[in-house]
Amino acid sequence: MRELLDDLERWQRSSTRVAIARVVDVEGSGPRGPGAAMAVSIDGEVVGSVSGGCVEGAVVTEALALLNGDREPGLVTFGYSDDEAFAVGLTCGGTIRLFIEEFNW
Amino acid sequence: MTLSQRLATALREGVPIALATVIEGPGVGRHLLIDPHGDPEGSLGHPDLDRVVHRDGIAELEAGRSGVRTYGPEGQTTPEDLIDTPQVKVFVESWAPPPQMWIFGAVDFTAALARVAKVLGYRVIVCDAREIFATGRRFPMADEVRVSWPSPLFAERGGELGPRDAVCILTHDPKFDVPAVQGALATRAGYIGVMGSRTTHARRVERLAEAGITNVADLNRLMSPIGLDLGARTPEETAISICAEIIAARTGRGARSLRDGSGPIHP
Repeated sequence: MRELLDDLERWQRSSTRVAIARVVDVEGSGPRGPGAAMAVSIDGEVVGSVSGGCVEGAVVTEALALLNGDREPGLVTFGYSDDEAFAVGLTCGGTIRLFIEEFNW
Repeated sequence: MTLSQRLATALREGVPIALATVIEGPGVGRHLLIDPHGDPEGSLGHPDLDRVVHRDGIAELEAGRSGVRTYGPEGQTTPEDLIDTPQVKVFVESWAPPPQMWIFGAVDFTAALARVAKVLGYRVIVCDAREIFATGRRFPMADEVRVSWPSPLFAERGGELGPRDAVCILTHDPKFDVPAVQGALATRAGYIGVMGSRTTHARRVERLAEAGITNVADLNRLMSPIGLDLGARTPEETAISICAEIIAARTGRGARSLRDGSGPIHP
């Protein structure tokens, strides 16, 4: 999150709504550990990353859905697990879980 | 100041701080800021939950760890107490200060090692007693350059070193490396590497014995000759071999090529 601070504050100053997604859990092979983070503004500007580029596109979709009121804050899983098989996976075969929330606190 | 502003201030100043966030269960999206030197801020929804997560957050921070923990809505942690109660999953993200690398000896290898250590996120201190060699101009990548004998530095700040920190002794000078080894062994540093050939190391062990260091457990902490067997020649290659050894020491891996193994890639 440290690397996102400048952009988060810039968005706060201009009252631009923004969502942040943080990796909370990695199972198996995953490129970035817990704490890797990215932020997406309602205008679609993106900073940071949460994987090796495999799932960032899907995170942007989820983040914009959150800011547009089409989903609640919460967990998103990418990769292959028994109960939740998302269309987007990590090429390395691991599973990552992200927490997506609006940055308004 | 909002909770995020306080977090941002701590992150910029590099002081330890942790953020607990409810990611599943009652109270999703609630935050608790955990500051080892100040009052907590925010709430996860119940004072007892806040108290328990605060306690766990301080421990996570000391270990430099981040991860998800499960509680009951009132901070219950034992499995029996979690039956028939909604579970609160809390992501505790901790920002510990960067690990330190202390490098003794202001030689060519020092500059290369300091550069590679910076890439890995270490706070680097270079220490040498010789004023003309230990200069900020020769080691601009170091966070600190100390003109000092090892003993005063260890006496003053050895207590800061813990399992995440490394001490690399690159002097071949017995006047300097014996007190540096002595000082390093008195700390909790996770890695102590000492440069020199096998012959140099054998002579050094004799001098350490004269200085009263004969304990086998102590001597076994010394990685000497320093570094992994990569066939490194240049200062830069040697720096990679030292840093690779530090990573392998932390993860407990044998440092062979991934191709030649079959287990999971990430520890």
